[in-house]
Amino acid sequence: MAEYNSKKNIYFTAFINLFHLYNMIIPFKHQSQAHCESGVTSNLLKHYGLPISEPLAFGIGSGIFFGHLPFVKVNGVPGTTYRIYPGQIFKNVCKRLNVQYESVKFKNATEAMAALKKNIDQNIPTGCQVSVFFLPFLPEVFRFHFNAHNLIVYGEENNKYFISDPVMEDVTEIAYEDLARARFAKGYPEPKGRMYFIRSVSAEMNLTEAIKKGIKQTCFFMSSPPVPWFGVNAIKFLSKKISQYPEKLDARKATLYLGNIIRMQEEIGTGGAGFRFLYAAFLQEASVITGLPELKAFSERMTLIGDQWRNFAYQTARICKSRTTDVGNYQDLAVLLMGIYEMERAFFAELKVFNQTM
Amino acid sequence: MNINEVPQDKKNFKDGGLAPRKVMYVTADDGQYTQTQSAGWEAENLVLEQAWNDIDLQLSHERDRVLRKEISPIAYFMIKSRMDIAILASYAGKWQWQVRRHMKPSVFEQLPEKVLMKYAAIFEVNIDELKTFGH
Repeated sequence: MAEYNSKKNIYFTAFINLFHLYNMIIPFKHQSQAHCESGVTSNLLKHYGLPISEPLAFGIGSGIFFGHLPFVKVNGVPGTTYRIYPGQIFKNVCKRLNVQYESVKFKNATEAMAALKKNIDQNIPTGCQVSVFFLPFLPEVFRFHFNAHNLIVYGEENNKYFISDPVMEDVTEIAYEDLARARFAKGYPEPKGRMYFIRSVSAEMNLTEAIKKGIKQTCFFMSSPPVPWFGVNAIKFLSKKISQYPEKLDARKATLYLGNIIRMQEEIGTGGAGFRFLYAAFLQEASVITGLPELKAFSERMTLIGDQWRNFAYQTARICKSRTTDVGNYQDLAVLLMGIYEMERAFFAELKVFNQTM
Repeated sequence: MNINEVPQDKKNFKDGGLAPRKVMYVTADDGQYTQTQSAGWEAENLVLEQAWNDIDLQLSHERDRVLRKEISPIAYFMIKSRMDIAILASYAGKWQWQVRRHMKPSVFEQLPEKVLMKYAAIFEVNIDELKTFGH
């Protein structure tokens, strides 16, 4: 009987292996998150047994930012960002938590897809940078040429790839051709098939130190750039720009410009208020981990700043709705934004000082 | 934002009703941060709908221009694919001035089959559709 059982086991294993040859699916736990890159980072780390929440990944990865670039136009509208450059969060988190990772770019889609397949066959869930334009599982309304989206590929079967996209409520699938196009989308920032994955995690992980480093870099990026387009100064800069919209733009353009700011701030993937609530959640969790009550106070302040951003979005949408170019309305918006600038400037200056004592 | 203030405004234009609920970070009554889900927010829905309305407006504008032979169908399909000249040029592997030139009806008429096929593939239409649009 024992012999029969062991024989049965061999057959069973052989069957499973054969099955896997055609159907390679890594057991992966999908969890929907607010933001694609910090969500992907958190879900990948959890797969390797590190319980790093999304806010923690976002904060340690120095994800929060602000930038306004009137000279970088997409579809004729100036660019605004509330987050750091794509790819930075995953890289920062891995470095700060002693995680061995790889991040590779490719010359063409065939190579990129072959490397991805190889990863899947080796049971490595893999993060990919993609353009949302080519993701058929997203509703058409969201599908613009936005190239900084991130998702995890965790399986493949007959040229169909299994996807865990943090902004989706559940796992989904994509055809080889669509994934290849999404990974090799053109325009800015070009993904060039970039994929990234974890090699190994280390037992030596100093969370407090990682949190400290994350905050330090954030304060530097927010407070120090000597140019007007980045950091808190860019909020002041945008405020000035908005006050000039009525004289420089017609109603249609002004509405599009304003609308784009709100879309960057609130459309899926920010957790609300242009990542400010996500960062507040990070500071609260950091306060518990480090045992520093001051971080809790900073968290509460960041929540109030987030509420002001929501208010700004609401007032802006009202102006968009009325399609007015009434100077007074735009002045009110500019003043509101100057208030947010003052709050964030003081916030990051004080957080920087506190970070040095941590 | 407090968990009780989370908006649940669905998008009721195009296929916006299919939008996944999104995760938001909000504070519970005790001030602790927690994850919750939102169907959407009227402010964000409004600006997204306006962006789409503007695309529709540009489309009808470009269609008229193609009909009047002021511009080639490339201009129309570029907007339909939600591209601008910079994005289209990088997909086509051309300089921006070349793409602008291809938008002249007289130049478009002379374009070799190979170039037209490239544009058709980018716009996901067949080559006849591209050639005969506006005829």
